[in-house]
Amino acid sequence: MANMYSKGTKRKFFDSVDAAMDNKAVLYSRQRQSLLDMSLIKLQLCHMLVEPNMCRSVLIANTVRHIQEEMTHDGSWQLVTEAFGGSGPSDHLVATEVLCRSSALEQQGGGPKLYSVMGYDGCREEEVVTDEALCSVTFSDGAPALLGTIDHCWDRAELRMVAVEDRVIKDSGSEVESGEGAKTVMGQVFGTFEIKNGAPGSDPALEELFSAVDASYYDLDTMLTSIQSTPKMGPYNLLDSMASSHGPTSNSSCRTDLSELDHIMEIIVGS
Amino acid sequence: MGEDTESSKVNHSFLRDYVTEADVISTVEFNHTGDLLATGDKGGRVVVFQRETVPKGELEQVGETGESGEYNVYSTFQSHEPDFDYLKSLEIEEKINKIRWLPQQNAAHFLLSTNDKTIKLWKVSERDKQPEGYNLKDEEGRVKDISTVTSLQVPVLRPTDLMVEVRPRRVFSNGHTYHVNSISVNSDGETYLSADDLRINMWHLGITDRSFNIVDIKPANMEELTEVITAAEFHPHHCHLFVYSSSKGSLRLCDMRASALCDKHTKLFEEPEDPGSRSFFSEIVSSVSDVKFSHNGRYLLTRDYLTAKVWDLHMEKGPVETYQVHDYLRTKLCSLYENDCIFDKFECVWNSSDSVIMTGAYNSFFRMFDRETGRGVTLEAWRETSKPRAVLRTRRIYTGGKRRRGDVGVDSLDFTKKILHMAWHPEENIIAIASTNNLYIFQDRSLNACAHTHTH
Repeated sequence: MANMYSKGTKRKFFDSVDAAMDNKAVLYSRQRQSLLDMSLIKLQLCHMLVEPNMCRSVLIANTVRHIQEEMTHDGSWQLVTEAFGGSGPSDHLVATEVLCRSSALEQQGGGPKLYSVMGYDGCREEEVVTDEALCSVTFSDGAPALLGTIDHCWDRAELRMVAVEDRVIKDSGSEVESGEGAKTVMGQVFGTFEIKNGAPGSDPALEELFSAVDASYYDLDTMLTSIQSTPKMGPYNLLDSMASSHGPTSNSSCRTDLSELDHIMEIIVGS
Repeated sequence: MGEDTESSKVNHSFLRDYVTEADVISTVEFNHTGDLLATGDKGGRVVVFQRETVPKGELEQVGETGESGEYNVYSTFQSHEPDFDYLKSLEIEEKINKIRWLPQQNAAHFLLSTNDKTIKLWKVSERDKQPEGYNLKDEEGRVKDISTVTSLQVPVLRPTDLMVEVRPRRVFSNGHTYHVNSISVNSDGETYLSADDLRINMWHLGITDRSFNIVDIKPANMEELTEVITAAEFHPHHCHLFVYSSSKGSLRLCDMRASALCDKHTKLFEEPEDPGSRSFFSEIVSSVSDVKFSHNGRYLLTRDYLTAKVWDLHMEKGPVETYQVHDYLRTKLCSLYENDCIFDKFECVWNSSDSVIMTGAYNSFFRMFDRETGRGVTLEAWRETSKPRAVLRTRRIYTGGKRRRGDVGVDSLDFTKKILHMAWHPEENIIAIASTNNLYIFQDRSLNACAHTHTH
């Protein structure tokens, strides 16, 4: 345990009781971080051939939230976000209760920016949180009870934070990212259970996906206002006008589509 | 379709031993008289055992009273096939999650079996007569050439060897978006409920294209999901009452007379958390894996990861009895979380008089607790091939103090040998224990328990 303090930092004499407390604090933090990493990996590995067990996923996700809350509470969450250059993740969606807490803290002036429960999207591969940072974690009174349940299997379970980030970044690489609109892994995990129905605007995840798309293309008002003079709006006229208002490249593809549409209409009408 | 199943076999062989995996028993259930015992396995098969009736003469010779026959295979059938959800691009497992028998109304037996998505009603009937002497068909069933028929005969029923026929009578499909974890037949004999992770539906046994949703805990935003339904059961006598358990350790008793949608519980059974013992694993170990009404309908038995609890329906603030199943695992929760064992779902059962409860553990051990004395015993589901009628041994886990011969250390427990599924005969002291692909049936003959086993 003593070698934790040997990484080039000179320390003056301090109380041995404090040393024991700090040792415990560091060990506890490491164990907690390890549990967090393990939980995130378990959730990531959900994508198999068969639909994952929802009860298990929910319980793991709750564990992650619990750790996150505690880490926020004792300030170590701030250290983690700072290590990652903090600004990106705050844009991402977070679980509601976490969001409420973070906004309350921000009102107090510079509370920690919280990760979404899952999404490490956009977090860059930064330096690992050093032992020194962990050493300075404050040790809350409630934790001793927790230590008892975390046994010495942690040595085997220890995961390097960088390795975890790599994995998470790779997994999230294929997702749609658009500012606030990135899907969270939580959404992914529970999203597979959902059948997204077609009702527009009913699904927030879908809304995010399409938020980057210029919706005005399909807006009737926009269309009509851009069409100055055409009196009758048959289906082909509409398409013509839409095509013409969107530049040459889209025009040509619309033209081919139109000819196909003509062909189909002929078949239907039977002429 | 044949090609599809072929390719799925090839894929799975990388991950698991496909052949034996299919034989793992996933549910066990006696019928209402105890004469029949059904097991379901991961391969979607159902095996029904029947207790052999020992002729009275033999019984008197042996000096025993009552039936004391062994259980032999009565019928085997493929209940569910692997399926594919094209919308989500996910496989639907054929594993039988639950079997429930219907109360017998005529000579045939009916059972409900379910996988993750579809519930089926099967009719098991015996045929010991066969019609013979058809005019238009020959003995093999081929159509006769009419010109060869010279006279008329009346077909007669002739006795044949006993045949057990199993036919699907109803298929209740498309009722569940999530995985079905429980089915329970109502005491009215006409309806049953099926529960998945987020919803509970009530069906009429005769109607397959409609079901009523009676509980829905799905949040509007799935990212806010923190609790799921883990088990549900109808009250044994009151057809309007049912209970469901959650992953947060709470039980909700619902009365269907109160409203059509029973999202609001009539009673909420919850034990307040002990703040001193709170840990990151507290919630996971409090998740209820099984809930069973007592036969008299006055108590509930629940199983969470480390304990079994008895609740009085009249007292919501906490259980009346708590039994430690394997408390020595409390310090090992981290490892058990790592290897996913902490998510194992153990079942629990009452004996016929509600005086003893039983549940499973690891290392092929299972536990019985006598409610009157509060004492528990650890037994092992273990087959000694040399002795077909072995006596059940009492086992001990060594947790400190004086170590006796035969004590098993906590670190030498085999966590792959889990006793998750079990059943207790409705009237006698006969128990059925499933251990991976083995089924053990133990009968209490006077003071000794005798065993016989079946292997899938």
